[in-house]
Amino acid sequence: MLNTWIAASIVAVIAGITGFFAVLRGQTFTAHAIPNGAFAGAAGASLLGINVIWGLVVFALCGALGIGALGAEGRGRKARNDVVTALALVLMLGLGALFVSISSQYAEETYSLLFGEVFGVSRGEVLPILGLGVAAAVAIGVAFRPLMLTSALPEVAEARGVSTRRMDLYFLIVMALATSMTVPVVGALLMFSLMIGPAAAARSVTARPGAAMALSVVIALATVWLSIALSYQTNWPLGFFVGTIGAAFYLIGLAARAVAPRRAVAPRGAVG
Amino acid sequence: MHYLFEPGLFSSGPVRTALLVGAVVAVTSGVIGVFTVLRGQSFAGHSLADVATTGGSGAFLVGLNQFWGFLAAGIAAAALMEAIGVQRRRGRDVATGVVLGAALGAAALFLYLGSLQTATTGASFTVLFGSIFVISPDTVPALVASGVIALFVVAALARVLLLTSVSPDLARARGVNVRLVGIAYLAALAVSVSLAAVAIGAVLSTALLIGPSATALRVTKSPARAMAVSALTGLAATWLGIVLAYDSYYWPPHGHGWPVSFFVVALVLVGYLLSYVRPRAQRAPRSPHEDECGPEAIVATAATAAGTEGATCSPA
Repeated sequence: MLNTWIAASIVAVIAGITGFFAVLRGQTFTAHAIPNGAFAGAAGASLLGINVIWGLVVFALCGALGIGALGAEGRGRKARNDVVTALALVLMLGLGALFVSISSQYAEETYSLLFGEVFGVSRGEVLPILGLGVAAAVAIGVAFRPLMLTSALPEVAEARGVSTRRMDLYFLIVMALATSMTVPVVGALLMFSLMIGPAAAARSVTARPGAAMALSVVIALATVWLSIALSYQTNWPLGFFVGTIGAAFYLIGLAARAVAPRRAVAPRGAVG
Repeated sequence: MHYLFEPGLFSSGPVRTALLVGAVVAVTSGVIGVFTVLRGQSFAGHSLADVATTGGSGAFLVGLNQFWGFLAAGIAAAALMEAIGVQRRRGRDVATGVVLGAALGAAALFLYLGSLQTATTGASFTVLFGSIFVISPDTVPALVASGVIALFVVAALARVLLLTSVSPDLARARGVNVRLVGIAYLAALAVSVSLAAVAIGAVLSTALLIGPSATALRVTKSPARAMAVSALTGLAATWLGIVLAYDSYYWPPHGHGWPVSFFVVALVLVGYLLSYVRPRAQRAPRSPHEDECGPEAIVATAATAAGTEGATCSPA
């Protein structure tokens, strides 16, 4: 229980930070696809009997690199990227279905990988989660300015010699790292709620990047803690609470924006 | 021949049902998917499928046939998307994502409650990854009828749909009710996604919706031809997938078939990657901007065919 709590808190901090950029860059679909695909890696690792974290890292990275490699630039880029993302996602899910069906212990294992489990984190998993979390946080900290620039003003970034394509790939890899550590805790399908819900809520309240990012982390932490407590009490799946609480925060954020004065509106064109 | 078609393949009832349902699913998804790709709604299509998961698991909880659950949730999700406005680019992905997250959370809950009630395991696997070999023959007429209706709606609206996909403003100026067309299209999409969810599973239905269409749109520029190519590609992948899955009972690990969904997805992917290899050589001498235009170029052709101007492909 304590392991889960520590791991979930690390996960929430990283999800809050990467989620902020995912929303800002309009990469919601990618944020959905990479964790889902990583599920296949976990299934494969458990088939081979190795630590699921390594399966997750390999598949999340392959997914991110695949999406980055086949992705396009220029006009019509978003539609094309969505197609590539969708195909990468189903390929990895299909592999996951194969691995799960070959390994004999499927029902339980699949369920907890997809939807998360409070007691799913063992002591041995906390350390790799911490390591990956620090790596993801450092990677974002180091490239904070170019990431912000390519997210908010891609043309200006290009003019200043910052390659949007390279930053896209960089961010995809960071997202893959962040994902790998999250899946065992909140589950592949719900990692995405944890990235998008809090970040979207935070952005609808404030437009200042620093404040929005901090708020996003706080909301993600609140979501995870509440979910763990509720899941422990009711024995219902953790993912259910993460999904609904994340959506609730988003609605609260929208309501707050509707009530608040106009100046808090996000900068133009920032949301995909 | 004998190596590909293991003995007893065509005399097996479930396999024949699977081939029939697979054909309906592949053709419906292939045709409707062309519009999904043209309209840049891959994420919406995928979300619809994921929300259908909630319906499928809800149906499992109350003991109904999963198809009705998929269909009900799919249509509800389509209505919700229309309400939040998938046509509006700004912020739509985020709104879709949040709805999707909440729906998946509910699916988790339904599956959990269902597993408490019935003590049967593997329901989550069936809902998520499909089981085309266990479709009961009673539902087949309903599946075929839904597919035909969806295809009919899209065929009747094909011209208008193409126009609203290129330029909603232009369509509006010509007196088309863009909103109504959008609703009809989303409803057809919901039906096709539910069909695909029954066949290869809710989370994998995107493969049949997006894969063959994206492949077709890379191979040909004409929308009508793209629809035909897409339906045929989907059909080939589905049938070959069913045959391979049947054969896989004889592969290691012994006595345990590989999932159909895996083969279908893998074949769809192979098709898409092949489309990268082939046209590159043919296309090389043409304008370097060709590739950037992609779907817009096709739509432009369609718009010209529909007698409109101004929708030509101009590189940004």
